[in-house]
Amino acid sequence: MDYIWDFNVVVRFFPVLLEGAVLTLELTCIAVGMGILIGTFVGIGRVSKNKLIFSLSSIYVNFIRGTPMLVQLYLVYFGLPAYFGPIPPLMAAIITLSVNSGAYVAEIVRAGIQSIDRGQLEAARSLGMTYSQAMRHVLIPQTFKRIIPPLGNEFIALLKDSSIVSVIALEELVRKGSMIAGRTFRSFEIWTAVALLFLFMTLPITQLVNYAERRLKQE
Amino acid sequence: MIKVVDLQKRFGPLHVLKGITNEIREGEVVCVIGPSGSGKSTFLRCLNLLEVPNGGRIYFAGKEITDFKNVDINQVRAEMGMVFQRFNLFPHKNVLENICLAPLKVRKYSREEAEAKAYDLLQKVGLKEKALAFPDNLSGGQQQRVAIARALAMQPKVMLFDEPTSALDPEMIKEVLDVIKELAQEGMTMVVVTHEMGFAREVADRVLFMDDGLIVEEDTPDNLFNAPQNERTQSFLSKVL
Repeated sequence: MDYIWDFNVVVRFFPVLLEGAVLTLELTCIAVGMGILIGTFVGIGRVSKNKLIFSLSSIYVNFIRGTPMLVQLYLVYFGLPAYFGPIPPLMAAIITLSVNSGAYVAEIVRAGIQSIDRGQLEAARSLGMTYSQAMRHVLIPQTFKRIIPPLGNEFIALLKDSSIVSVIALEELVRKGSMIAGRTFRSFEIWTAVALLFLFMTLPITQLVNYAERRLKQE
Repeated sequence: MIKVVDLQKRFGPLHVLKGITNEIREGEVVCVIGPSGSGKSTFLRCLNLLEVPNGGRIYFAGKEITDFKNVDINQVRAEMGMVFQRFNLFPHKNVLENICLAPLKVRKYSREEAEAKAYDLLQKVGLKEKALAFPDNLSGGQQQRVAIARALAMQPKVMLFDEPTSALDPEMIKEVLDVIKELAQEGMTMVVVTHEMGFAREVADRVLFMDDGLIVEEDTPDNLFNAPQNERTQSFLSKVL
């Protein structure tokens, strides 16, 4: 092996990589934020006794979890324009990642609600509260703490999976890496740098998740 | 106050209540005793419709509450306080908030009104100094007394107690029973499912003995405990007394 490392290339293109990393982070934050919004409603729908609400939310969750995100992205980016006209790549990426994340967050929320002791709902209902009052004031607030660790994991997973949007020419971290590697032929150095940048973003969240889990165990 | 006619409840193939008929009068304290699995908790939970009966009718304050189409179930429950075996306080809220939540949200009281009432009730159950404590920092007996105050805050017409001392350490049973006794003396209508025979004997106006989904025998505590007529009552009492 007479390949000679040249990490100067990483230094030279670091601002470009950083630009990509920022977009990756932005995409992930928006998607998880939207995902939490969607997932809260759908998660509540998944424990609903109303058959229609339950079925609709179940279909959504099963469809998203049962199909590759790449296919979902193609469906949005190439498929939807048949009805709505061309969709800009950034929009397509945000829609896909958000809708995808929503399904996973919904399952986290559902599990969170179901992990609360049945007696809580009974106590609230026995006081004359409606189902939605009991949900809002008694069950949901108690799930918040419990779902922080799995939400952190979802954030990490989505941060990594968001690289899929590179296929529709969105210049996030992976796309930037592949562009630079193609120009400089310094694949080893560039992809090492890309990996480290991902690690740099995920590790703090991993630490936070671990901390939250320890706190929860103590209670 | 509450009238039950031929109440039936099934859980799948299990026939838990096989036709209960009884009436609880205003101001009456009725204790329900019987072996575990006899259906006494289910009977109690049917009264405020936490369990939906499969047959029979329940009347509360002159109105049929099993007429589900024409009855607001939440309104009915607001008039019936319930105390659970495992307290079921809301762990994310402090004592004061636990007591005020339903009066605020269901009765639409102002915060001042609700809190003033809550402090009165805390005084009554002897826990005024714990108003800002969280349930996890209270003993079982204290939690159960808060649960009683929480139910009373809705100013219910009836109080239902589902084995209120069964999850308590022995030294805490008395403090909870004392609160219930005081309520009885004030004339509160109560149905108490209990294993505390001494309590039932002392406080109840009437005792129901349930076995296998039916009320097998009912009488004043004196008669029922001293001279049970039914063979199954005799056998049960000989084991627990």
